[in-house]
Amino acid sequence: MIDLSHIEKIYDSPSGPVKAIKDISLHINKGEIYGIIGLSGAGKSTLVRCINLLERPTSGVVTVDGQDITAMSESQLRQARKSIGMIFQHFNLLSSATVYDNVAFPLRLVNAPKEKIHKKVMELLELVGLANKADQYPSQLSGGQKQRVGIARALASEPKILLCDEATSALDPQTTKSILQLIKDINAKLKLTVVVITHEMQVIKDICDKVAVIDKGVIAEKGRVLDVFTNPQQPITKEFISVLLSNDLPVGFREREVKAEPFPDSLLLIRLTFIGESANEPVISKLIKNFDLEVGILFGSLDDIKDVPFGRLIISLDGSQEEIDKAMSYVEKQELKVEVIGYVSRHDSTHH
Amino acid sequence: MSADMIPLITKAMGETVYMVALSMVIASIIGVPLGVLLHTTAKNQILECAVINKVLGAVVNAVRSIPFVILMVAIIPLTRLLVGSSIGTTAAMVPLVLASVPFIGRQVETSLREIPEGIVEAAQAMGATPMQIITKVLLPEAMPNIVAQLTTVVISLVGESAMAGAIGGGGLGDLAIRYGYQRFRPDIMIATVVVLIIMVQVVQFAGNALAKKLDKR
Ligand SMILES: Nc1ncnc2c1ncn2[C@@H]1O[C@H](COP(=O)(O)OP(=O)(O)O)[C@@H](O)[C@H]1O
Ligand SMILES: [Mg+2]
Repeated sequence: MIDLSHIEKIYDSPSGPVKAIKDISLHINKGEIYGIIGLSGAGKSTLVRCINLLERPTSGVVTVDGQDITAMSESQLRQARKSIGMIFQHFNLLSSATVYDNVAFPLRLVNAPKEKIHKKVMELLELVGLANKADQYPSQLSGGQKQRVGIARALASEPKILLCDEATSALDPQTTKSILQLIKDINAKLKLTVVVITHEMQVIKDICDKVAVIDKGVIAEKGRVLDVFTNPQQPITKEFISVLLSNDLPVGFREREVKAEPFPDSLLLIRLTFIGESANEPVISKLIKNFDLEVGILFGSLDDIKDVPFGRLIISLDGSQEEIDKAMSYVEKQELKVEVIGYVSRHDSTHH
Repeated sequence: MSADMIPLITKAMGETVYMVALSMVIASIIGVPLGVLLHTTAKNQILECAVINKVLGAVVNAVRSIPFVILMVAIIPLTRLLVGSSIGTTAAMVPLVLASVPFIGRQVETSLREIPEGIVEAAQAMGATPMQIITKVLLPEAMPNIVAQLTTVVISLVGESAMAGAIGGGGLGDLAIRYGYQRFRPDIMIATVVVLIIMVQVVQFAGNALAKKLDKR
């Protein structure tokens, strides 16, 4: 649906040229919710604005729905933009127009008949839950309501793509949840392709199918959200994920030395990650029943990544080395991710 | 106070209102599009064009730097050409319009510049043409500000029209000079001043009220 090929964007600034995007290529399939995450200044907004040419790439080709939009004339481009809706961090609604008139705006641009406008606007206001606010002005609405108007307006021209540039960054966590849910519903209902720009991993985790991590104008890592979450490769990705997943050992264990090899009076610590169906496997109870080991649970969390259950456990295995080895070969055969943290002393050395 | 004063004042007031109102209408018809051009041809705006922007800016600055009294006298040949005479109420409107056009242009430009650029971007993202952006985004969004600014222009027009009147343009300024000053009629002088003060107050009040009503922010 969207194909970015070798996009580069250089801005001229008073202090010299700024390379905001360096040779980015990205493919986004129809119906996908694609997340682009990065720190402030990484080039996210520049990249998303290259999709509707609000920003023209210095070089590279942008193909949307099979058409090379970088080669289009101004009027062809305006036409193409009607099938790409966009919502913004600061909503960008007309302050002088009512909710109704804001949503009607794209339809009036093409001189749609009055009855058609009325039908469409009311239908969209219904969809975003603001039918009773039609005659209010944006200044009378809350942030979440303003973004709902923004979404309704973006959908008025029946686009195939929805671009969201930090659409929830100005909203509180609860409102963010409800806006994300709305975007997810729209994606499912209208088969819309959605591009989500954010600096929050929570947003990616809640609604995205795929993610690209962008850092200093290049893509550091990309793939399915589940894969990137469970198996991040780049430090920047790990950084983003760590904000969400506390990897910490319980307090008493943090200051104990972790060794790769067993030593007298040591325990083995491992981290297990359960994804999807495997989250239902009774691995722990089998470990306890089938092996002569003391199994301790030090940390546990259950989460979901776009509706796929995702559980994490840190457990300790205490017993003879032979039993530990047998247990390890058992867990490694299970459909879950196993990471060996290492051996630590059974006793807290600082409290002798 | 004498009985002859009332018709004199009413007539002069009518002339002033006529001069100011018609000058304002004509000046706005030219000045508002000028302001739109000044704004939209600037860097990073929807009709970016450095040449037009620089030329218009220079002309506007040049006209604005000429004091009204001098402008009025300097353009007498132009006034003759346009209205066939250099005295009278209609003739006085030529310098009034000429002085107000760049003033309005700058005021409108300033009002437009205050619109957050994200709003224009959103319209561009929806496929709006530059003309649609001007008529459906920029002007409606800036309207409360433009009204407030134009109020100021009307008030300065009242003052300038009095000056124009003094050199034979009719209106309250003319009356004050001919009767109040040259014929030693302090009652007419005072009455003229009072009427001018009331006119300015009314314009300011109406302008504020309208701007407030339009402002939905
Ligand atoms: N119009 C511009 N002119 C000059 N530099 C810009 C412009 N827009 C963005 N930049 C620079 O490009 C880089 C990427 O910006 P941006 O895409 O806005 O990042 P993000 O959205 O990830 O915070 C930053 O270094 C920013 O300063
Ligand atoms: Mg940004």
